[in-house]
Amino acid sequence: MPKEQQMSVSVWRGGATGAFQSFDVKMEDNQTVLDVVAWIQQYADPTLSYRYACRVGMCGSCAMMVNGVPRWTCRTHVNKVLKDGHMEIGPLRNLPVIKDLATDMDPFFDKWVAAEGLHHPTQTRDDPIEAIDPTNAARVEINAGIECINCSVCYAACDTVAGNPDYLGPAALQRAWSVYNDSKDANKQAILDAVSGVGGCHNCHSQGSCAVHCPNELNPMNAIAGLKRETARNFFKRRT
Amino acid sequence: MTLKLYMAQRITALIMAPLVLMHIAVMIYAIQGGLSAAEILGRTQGSILWFLFYGTFVVAVSIHAAIGLRTVLSEWAGLRGMGLNAAAWGILALLLILGMQAVYGVTAI
Repeated sequence: MPKEQQMSVSVWRGGATGAFQSFDVKMEDNQTVLDVVAWIQQYADPTLSYRYACRVGMCGSCAMMVNGVPRWTCRTHVNKVLKDGHMEIGPLRNLPVIKDLATDMDPFFDKWVAAEGLHHPTQTRDDPIEAIDPTNAARVEINAGIECINCSVCYAACDTVAGNPDYLGPAALQRAWSVYNDSKDANKQAILDAVSGVGGCHNCHSQGSCAVHCPNELNPMNAIAGLKRETARNFFKRRT
Repeated sequence: MTLKLYMAQRITALIMAPLVLMHIAVMIYAIQGGLSAAEILGRTQGSILWFLFYGTFVVAVSIHAAIGLRTVLSEWAGLRGMGLNAAAWGILALLLILGMQAVYGVTAI
């Protein structure tokens, strides 16, 4: 019988201050990082806190730092990230840690609202449904943005967020860009104003970590460039 | 960085780009015949054109650099609010004084 293979896993324990705790976990075929975390909680230490829901890459709940890189843990295979039989799992960067691997997502979602990524209706529920041309350029621009699962991986990856806590971040700005391009949105000026303040889109240095790490391969940097372009255009328009 | 600062930095960059190219082109052209410092000063001193050329460049570069360093101070040194703005205005004033002093030095009669 072949010898059971083990991996050593360092897991963050504590809140803002704490330390990594090491666990030996049995290696399995087709094992995800989330499986490893679940195994530790079920068989090694039931006090370990972490967050997950769907386990199939749709809900955006289980993002964590794996070897210092933000990842959706339910769709990250262990053999992709294991280095010399070891890996390190920590809570998402740039967010307050509640306990162990669970972060407080409030700042992330508050910024979605602050970026005015809200629907401003042009019609009421009594009006007929407006026909949208799927090949329209603005609609095509939205296609990528609406695949966002709100996992906060881009927010954790962003060095500008790390250096400037006011910065709205890639996900919120991408949402604002999607709503801005929506022909059914009635208040585009509110969006441009919301992304032009102290924490607005102009803080982005186009380093592109958001696009590199997005698990759905979206490109928030592109959306942010769109917002920069539109705000700059609008800057002159409003003065004439 | 707000939209106003972003636009001020981009517009000053647009102003600087052709001025830098002209500066380099004139330098290459001027030294072809082996001009001395005295001969160069003979052409720049009393010239309103050169005063405006380099004066515009100094103003543009001072604004551009002050905004850029403001961002660095904010993100790397954690400066915020009044302190950050005071530092940016200080950098702007310093660059303007140093730059305009140099422009005055080569264009005043």
